[in-house]
Amino acid sequence: MQYMLLIYDNEAEMAANRKGATDVMMAEYREFTDSILKSGNMKAGDALQPTSTATCVRIRNGKTLTTDGPFAETKEQLGGYYLIEAKDLDEATKIAARIPSAKSGTVEVRPVRVFAG
Amino acid sequence: MVRGAQSSPTPHAISSGAVASSREAVEQVFKQERGRILATLIRILGDIDLGEEALAAALEAALVQWPAEGTPANPRAWLIRTARNKAIDQMRRRALLDDKRAAIEADAALEREDAGGGADVTEFDEVAVRDDQLRLIFTCCHPALAVEAQVALTLRTLCGLETDEIARAFLVPAPTMAQRLVRAKAKIQQARIPYRVPDAEELPARLDAVLAVVYLVFNEGYSASSGAALIRRELCAEAIRLGRLLVELLPGESETRALLALMLLTDARRDARVDADGEMVLLEDQDRARWDREEIREGLALVEAALRAGPPGAYALQAAIAGVHARALRADETDWREIAALYGVLRVANPSGVVALNHAAAVAMAEGPAAGLRLMDAIAADGSLAGYHLLPAARADLLRRLGRLSDAAAAYREALALVGNDADRRFLERRLAQVSPARA
Repeated sequence: MQYMLLIYDNEAEMAANRKGATDVMMAEYREFTDSILKSGNMKAGDALQPTSTATCVRIRNGKTLTTDGPFAETKEQLGGYYLIEAKDLDEATKIAARIPSAKSGTVEVRPVRVFAG
Repeated sequence: MVRGAQSSPTPHAISSGAVASSREAVEQVFKQERGRILATLIRILGDIDLGEEALAAALEAALVQWPAEGTPANPRAWLIRTARNKAIDQMRRRALLDDKRAAIEADAALEREDAGGGADVTEFDEVAVRDDQLRLIFTCCHPALAVEAQVALTLRTLCGLETDEIARAFLVPAPTMAQRLVRAKAKIQQARIPYRVPDAEELPARLDAVLAVVYLVFNEGYSASSGAALIRRELCAEAIRLGRLLVELLPGESETRALLALMLLTDARRDARVDADGEMVLLEDQDRARWDREEIREGLALVEAALRAGPPGAYALQAAIAGVHARALRADETDWREIAALYGVLRVANPSGVVALNHAAAVAMAEGPAAGLRLMDAIAADGSLAGYHLLPAARADLLRRLGRLSDAAAAYREALALVGNDADRRFLERRLAQVSPARA
């Protein structure tokens, strides 16, 4: 079964981190990614550019509206994701807990929906 | 709706050979066995709804067949086998409508079950049934579910309460409770919350969640409230029944024993804590002859076992405190120094405003109202119990004992402004009248 692990963190705090702290986190992310590649759980994963680069698109009354900024103003922002294969929610949450950002932000675990047929 | 409180039921006692059984007899077997059968069905079928539907279908079949053909030698095995077959038929019918591949899978599932051969032995033995119940408890109390959903699922699947009974007990409209159960079951299915006992590393935290649900059910039943009094009383009985089941399933865990002890020692005071007019009676004023000696005896033995097992957890400390009260035949024989010391340890192990308040009240009894009042003033100053009516109520009581009647009256009024429950309100109003100067 596939789960999407959505990583939310406080962008402003991340950006304010000293370089040393950022390097440590990058190294932890590399180590984590290697470990789930090796264990066979990893399907995909990426880090995202900050929400200052985000653009929202909506169609209303047949017109396409393109606006600057993220969908919602929140304390923590979506900053990256992993798509993993896990046998159940317990395995998925154990993997999610090992994501370095779990210590500072929040990791949301969402089962991937499978359409029949 | 009173269920037996037996801790180690013997399946053979209800096997009566090929004797024709009445409808009542079938229903009695069903009531006794329901929880255990459902746990096994959910494991086999991998779905709570399928398990419940299959169980209902099996009951219908039993009501037709047993009176005509006699009760089977092993009624539980019969019910499980019948329910499983009905569920697999159902799955196959649905699958035929959907697609061929699923139909083949359903057949394979059926064959695997049958190829078990000695399925009757492996599936239905006591150890396997207990394991199934334990798995179900941990699934119902999984931290990925909201606590209200954990409570509702536990009462529905393990205790067999109907949805509208659970709704009444928690003063929630029945459709809201039904929706809560539907969402929780859907999450178990869609997020694949596993049906298993946590491994040793996770067990302590997961068991804490289970014990919290059981204690919440108990407290919901114990806290005096209007209306559905009968249902609430039943919640206490169900919580104690779950407590017994956990002690039976996890005999090595001393906190499960301690929780059962705490519930028994609290429940023992039930009849004495409300008077003939339905008014609340304080512990010190209760007629201790009305305390349930059998529950106290059992509770005290469990506390001692839990305390011997090692450093006491939060439930063991609370049970030990309830035990000190239970041992005092008269209120003035209560060992308040012991109680204050136990609350002192509990305050460190489990810091909370309510525990701090109870500690202060015990110190007031052991060392005098002035010492207790100092601790309560500190709690009021740190704001951890802001809005909680029992803090000003307890302060008022100490001020009254110190003879500071106008301060006491002010504190009673403060408590009255915050109180939510009618029995407590009437009690506070009586006390306020006592400390207020009599009007000519």
